[in-house]
Amino acid sequence: MFYIFCPYCKEHREEEEFHPRGQAHLMRPEDPENTSDEEWGDYLFFRDNPRGIHHEMWVHSVGCRKFFNITRNTVTYEILETYPMGEQPTITAESEGVRLEQGAQVADGGWQTVGARPENKALNEEASS
Amino acid sequence: MTQSNRISTGGRIDRSHGLEFNFNGQSYQGYAGDTLASALLANGVDIVNRSFKYSRARGIVAAGAEEPNALVQLGARKDTQVPNVRSTQQALYDGLVARSTNGWPNVQRDVMSWVGKLGGNFMPPGFYYKTFMSPASMWMTYEKYIRMGAGLGRAPTESDPDIYDHMHHHCDVLVIGAGPAGLAAALSAARGGARVILCDEQEEMGGSLLDSRETLDGTSPVAWIEKTISELASMATVTLLPRTTANGYHDHNFVTLHERRTEHLADTASDAGFPGQARARLHRVRATRVVLASGTHERPVVYANNDLPGNMVAGAVSTYIRRYAVVPGNSLVLTTSNDHAYRAALDWQEAGRKVVAIVDARANPDGDLVRQARDSGIRVITGSAVIEAKGTQRVSGARVSAVDLDHFVVTGRIEDLECDTIASSGGYSPVVHLSSHTGTRPKWHEDMLGFLPGDVKDMISTGGVAGHYALGETLADGARAGRQAAIDSGFENAEELKLPDIKERRDGPSCALYQAPHEKQGLRAPKQFVDMQNDVTASAIELATREGFESIEHVKRYTALGFGTDQGKLGNINGMAIAARCLGRSIPEVGTTVFRPNYTPITFGAIVGRHCDEFFDPKRYTALHQWHVENGAEFEDVGLWKRPWYFPRNANGKKENMHDAVARECLAVREGVGILDASTLGKIDIQGPDAREFLGRVYTNKWAKLEPGRVRYGLMCKDDGMLMDDGTTSCLGDNHFLMTTTTGGAAAVLEWLELWHQTEWPELQVYFNSVTDHWATMTVTGPDARKLMSEVTDIDLDREKFKFMDWKEGNVAGIPARVFRISFTGELAYEINVQANYAMHVWKTLFEHGEKYNLTPYGTETMHVLRAEKGLIIVGQDTDGSVTPEDLGMHWAIGYDKPFHWIGKRALSRPDTMRGDRKQLVGLKPKDASIVLEEGAQIVLDPNESIPMTMMGHVTSSYYSPSLKGSFALAVLKNGRERMGETVYLPMSDGKTHEAEVVSTIFIDPKGERQNV
Ligand SMILES: [Zn+2]
Repeated sequence: MFYIFCPYCKEHREEEEFHPRGQAHLMRPEDPENTSDEEWGDYLFFRDNPRGIHHEMWVHSVGCRKFFNITRNTVTYEILETYPMGEQPTITAESEGVRLEQGAQVADGGWQTVGARPENKALNEEASS
Repeated sequence: MTQSNRISTGGRIDRSHGLEFNFNGQSYQGYAGDTLASALLANGVDIVNRSFKYSRARGIVAAGAEEPNALVQLGARKDTQVPNVRSTQQALYDGLVARSTNGWPNVQRDVMSWVGKLGGNFMPPGFYYKTFMSPASMWMTYEKYIRMGAGLGRAPTESDPDIYDHMHHHCDVLVIGAGPAGLAAALSAARGGARVILCDEQEEMGGSLLDSRETLDGTSPVAWIEKTISELASMATVTLLPRTTANGYHDHNFVTLHERRTEHLADTASDAGFPGQARARLHRVRATRVVLASGTHERPVVYANNDLPGNMVAGAVSTYIRRYAVVPGNSLVLTTSNDHAYRAALDWQEAGRKVVAIVDARANPDGDLVRQARDSGIRVITGSAVIEAKGTQRVSGARVSAVDLDHFVVTGRIEDLECDTIASSGGYSPVVHLSSHTGTRPKWHEDMLGFLPGDVKDMISTGGVAGHYALGETLADGARAGRQAAIDSGFENAEELKLPDIKERRDGPSCALYQAPHEKQGLRAPKQFVDMQNDVTASAIELATREGFESIEHVKRYTALGFGTDQGKLGNINGMAIAARCLGRSIPEVGTTVFRPNYTPITFGAIVGRHCDEFFDPKRYTALHQWHVENGAEFEDVGLWKRPWYFPRNANGKKENMHDAVARECLAVREGVGILDASTLGKIDIQGPDAREFLGRVYTNKWAKLEPGRVRYGLMCKDDGMLMDDGTTSCLGDNHFLMTTTTGGAAAVLEWLELWHQTEWPELQVYFNSVTDHWATMTVTGPDARKLMSEVTDIDLDREKFKFMDWKEGNVAGIPARVFRISFTGELAYEINVQANYAMHVWKTLFEHGEKYNLTPYGTETMHVLRAEKGLIIVGQDTDGSVTPEDLGMHWAIGYDKPFHWIGKRALSRPDTMRGDRKQLVGLKPKDASIVLEEGAQIVLDPNESIPMTMMGHVTSSYYSPSLKGSFALAVLKNGRERMGETVYLPMSDGKTHEAEVVSTIFIDPKGERQNV
């Protein structure tokens, strides 16, 4: 169960008070009339599913009813930051990539079937497929 | 029976407090302070179970949570049965009744062995894997044998007499494990000011200190334990939870603790003297920092027949002797890879029994304990290992040989030693289970010959689980961890703890000994057990690797290694080491398994707590509920609401059935006047200068010109163009609207409005509030509605002045009210909204005046029939998230030319939503008017087509209409509006095929005159 800091209430609350509402920073096309069917389909149906840093929108549904964004590591489930609507994340996959190069600890788990060291290619491919 | 293995002095049992207990129908005695396991050993009970697959005799192997064999079915009564209790963790109490989980009714005699033999043949390694690969029908054949032989315990057949509960905590530092490291950590953190919870799974806190040979401050460690616990107990910021297992480590430092509150005292909480109190409690803890001090499990060595009763892990032998004053045998052979295990032999000898030999796999062991053993006259055989246990029902000897572990061969002459107990130690495995619940992989440390916890955010591991095995180191590390946890959680002034003095002991290095070689190879050697609970042998793992299973996760699924309630506590590392040896790889290359909650099984009672009987969902009642109850309503659940379904009447002592009641209610509305409690409809108060603009964006139709005093029906789509909700919205003022939603959709619609406002159009000044509960809604409808209303209201009801889709403010039954002329029945209708607390008065006043008009209360079923007769849809019944307003024939409610690009508009011009052959809403008139079609029935055009038939649509709503004197239905049908007059077919599962004519959705009053009378 997550422990989520609501950037409006300014405190940590239990996950039970919140609802996830999918990928954050989705832009409704400004001019739908001149948006192709394909672009409209992308906006409606296509979502990122990254392994690692992800930006998600949540709503404090039984709290302040405010929507806000979360930067979350989909491998470790660590919530790296929460920020109000209209703001941009300070932590991104790119910024984390830099951290990784600098030798900071990042989780290396995440396969349903672990036990595979990176050099055990066959299993890794199977596990991540 | 006498307690033949009980020592007369020492231990932490209370000899003045004798206890009677019953195991497998036989009475025994033990003492307060015993576990069931220690009492069984004291009484010389060797065989406590039969094994899962081979039905081999099994005895007690360990002294704690890692025990794989000694599982019992606990409980004296039918309603107090608890399956799969580890007898090593079950405190003895007077009157305790337990049976072997497997091998019942008699584990001593080999009555089940034929099953074992058959099971052995039926269940080769890879049994699960191969079975699931084979046709499902084979499962039935195998299942019989598994069920007969399986150690699965028996679920209680009667309701549990006990209660359970949950408790929620927030703390700064949660310390898991109250051994030396955990106690030092808790004391350190607590003195620093942190709010500390210290939990420990055992009957008493102290962990390895309770059976330690070492001294603290020159005296028994028990004194230090007692001093530490009493200081902790005196602090208001500390919560001590003994008998409490941390069973799950979840996201963001959320840990669940399973506290056994009365299970150590009696069969039930009442029997224990605590009637009405929880037998077990689940603590749900959110900790700023977790200090994991879960210690280690000693690994047994894998050798031939190592499952015979009399084979134990070395540390357990010490625990039984020093803590429970039980020597579990007469003559001991110890086989070890390390110094620490020597204490088992020393303890054994000091208890006055014979140590035959210590067999050490190392060539030149020379630590302090080794010297002490030699000085005590114990024979130490070096460079060797026990390769096989001899015996049938219990160990009668050990075969010992020099071994070359690098080449995995027996190198010397084999010596037979006579003994009845073999203790083994292949080293120590840190109990990493909890840390790996978080998804973090344990890391192999070759120097420790074990997996240590990976880096878990906001967790510090300490003591044995962190690889600190020497007592001094463990205490110091625990103190450091506790101080760090306090500092990390904001108590920066936490000071260093002064530690007790410890006499330094020098331990020599250990060697890697997982499996002892045997002079016969592989399957020809007697069985060498790796996982006793699942009867997994070393040769099964070898076979798995030969068949190409290279990852330990695959080996596990192939052999069932680490399955069951055991989760591989003793066997996993040995299994991995064997797989690694067979594959010619290192252990970390083979991998590790991820442990999942729960660490040890917990009862459903504790999981459920007080959340029994009732569902989590709240029940919602309208202000008029009591009246409905008193008037005999049958209820149905709509969303969370209890709504009257219909109001059966009693006549001549007979209760009306639903069909008759609904027919009577329908006719009352069509011919006189009826009344419906519509309070459950969602109501959202919308205010702000941009409220009107906002409505125009979220509804498909136009709102720009709706004047105060007027009402409009609106359709709400998602941006994919599919209908999500409908309802009326009234203009209360230029900047003020009241939106109604479906009963079930109210919360979702409010969140939907907030979503668009907060994320897309924050510039609009508009505010939303749920007022569903604030207003009670009563629908008075039927041709006599105006006559009735005129008696109770001061509102001018003149049909020209109070028109259809108007609303007016006034008094009804003397109460301020908003009255809306909206109709969901097709009849003249007034929806009266009053402040909910006044609803009962208004409702009763209406009935006082309505008696002469035969005012009839009706429920949701009649509402459904009446609206369907008018072709009015119910979102979620006639629609399913794939239906556009166009599909419903509601082109009139779509404002394609509105200036703003409202939600759903773009999608309505996608090729798929514009297809001509989409399913469209139509009416169906069954050819046989007595047949009410099944809702969900599929529609086909050619009833003679072979299966699979071309399905053209399905029935969404279907009823008997008393007004039409026949059945009717609404349906969605491909290209339905083009098919008016056509005959369609509905093949049913009973082989019958119904015929129906495609007709208009409006069955009554197509011109809509009745609602305007
Ligand atoms: Zn909030």
